[in-house]
Amino acid sequence: MSEKIPTSDGTLIPEKKSRDIFSAWKIAFFGAIGLLIFLPIYSPDPFARILLFIPDGILRTFQVTILSILLALVIGLVAGLGRISRIRIINRISTVYVEVIRGIPLLVQIFYIYYALGRIVKIPDIASAIIAMAVCYGAYLAEIIRAGIQSVPKGQMEAALALGLSRRKAMRYIILPQTIKITLPPIGNEFIALLKDSSLVSILAVSDLLRRGREFASRTFEYFETLTIVALVYLVLTLFFSWLVGRMEERLNRDVR
Amino acid sequence: MSDNAKIRIENATKIFNVYIREDEETAGKKKKVRHVRKSKLSAVKDVTLTVQKGEVVLVIGPSGSGKSTLLRCINRLENLTSGEIWVDDMCVTDPKVDIRRVREEVGMVFQSFNLFPHITALKNIALAPVVVKGMEKTLANERARGLLKRVGLADKENSYPTQLSGGQQQRVAIARALAMDPHVMLFDEPTSALDPEMIKEVLDVMLALADEGMTMFVVSHEMGFAKAAAKRVIFMDEGEIVEEGPPEKLFNNPDKERTQKFLKHILK
Repeated sequence: MSEKIPTSDGTLIPEKKSRDIFSAWKIAFFGAIGLLIFLPIYSPDPFARILLFIPDGILRTFQVTILSILLALVIGLVAGLGRISRIRIINRISTVYVEVIRGIPLLVQIFYIYYALGRIVKIPDIASAIIAMAVCYGAYLAEIIRAGIQSVPKGQMEAALALGLSRRKAMRYIILPQTIKITLPPIGNEFIALLKDSSLVSILAVSDLLRRGREFASRTFEYFETLTIVALVYLVLTLFFSWLVGRMEERLNRDVR
Repeated sequence: MSDNAKIRIENATKIFNVYIREDEETAGKKKKVRHVRKSKLSAVKDVTLTVQKGEVVLVIGPSGSGKSTLLRCINRLENLTSGEIWVDDMCVTDPKVDIRRVREEVGMVFQSFNLFPHITALKNIALAPVVVKGMEKTLANERARGLLKRVGLADKENSYPTQLSGGQQQRVAIARALAMDPHVMLFDEPTSALDPEMIKEVLDVMLALADEGMTMFVVSHEMGFAKAAAKRVIFMDEGEIVEEGPPEKLFNNPDKERTQKFLKHILK
């Protein structure tokens, strides 16, 4: 009974080896941090001044990113549920929203909300940046959430209904909690993508990281040095968040296993 | 129609729309033309039967004979095409009936267990009473512990479903259904996905349940269970009831040739 049959387990789909990925991650992350520390010490003249100039921009980038992703998650959840709704009109509206928004470049959407809609209702620049990004990423998140919900086995809904739960309660207590685990990695990726795309809002006079860098460089003409620092800061931020997402994924796996 | 009837199925018919894809080779050419043909499949044909209060009825039949479909129509996981099903005095097939009330009365156990993988065994059992009936959480947990003990898994309350064996999962699933205090239990091939060693532990729980007088409608090929607990065995084939009778009679000398053929296969 307990005699071991010599089989190789799990070689068909190799699991993500945290060590390999971590070492690659380490090189990039600590390399970037190292450069950020080394450069200002090595040549404090432009680099230290740049580093002192941009923290406002980092905060603004954070603000825009976090508010956008929160709003995008709300929009994405509503539209994602709408995409699987049995009420035809809701289903259609959600599908049209997703298809239209995914087909228009984010930069165009940002311009559109700020300049084109700005002629009808005046929206402050930061608000229109956040709205544009949330509407855009909401569409991507809607598709991720829809796919996540649909990947929960059919039997789960059946079991919940058979116990007397309404569809709504089954969604809330049974299906959505399982969706979170499935969709966390792609949502984390979208978050990181949004962090990077938030640099687009610098065209709306929002003083984010990139714009602060450009403000500095346009005064001193030290474009090479400034943009190097800006790129490194973006890299450290995104790598930090990809680590965070990985940790959350691990934790959820431990619970649900 | 006696007052004791728990489940009444009258002239139940279920027709599925099926889409058959046909790759047709046009004469002489290698090019294939793809057709999608819509056709109808009668899974259940004009079935009438009654299950009395406290009765254990076993349905057997080859795969595709409509037995699972019939069972799933009782709590309306599938809709009948025509005919009526009554549970107590509630007409399941009436679109106006509050189907959730029916489902509270009727517990169901699935072939693939369908436990909720994101919560512990205890919470699997306590969830529905809290969410559906608004029971106090502490009370629901306490009752869930009692049910786990009843199915012999008192020490597993904090285990997640994937940490349990198939037999243990199915016993938790039975406890989960019992937590809603159903008057009728439906079992859809509860032991088909289990190793032989685990079948017994599940059947023991089912036997105990039958002894307590639970009304049970079971789709299964477990002869042992049938002989020990079932009053009636129904043999279905191609959506129709071919033959029914007490287990000794149906298993040992069935009247119909079709039944004999089928039994020869599964008794082998």
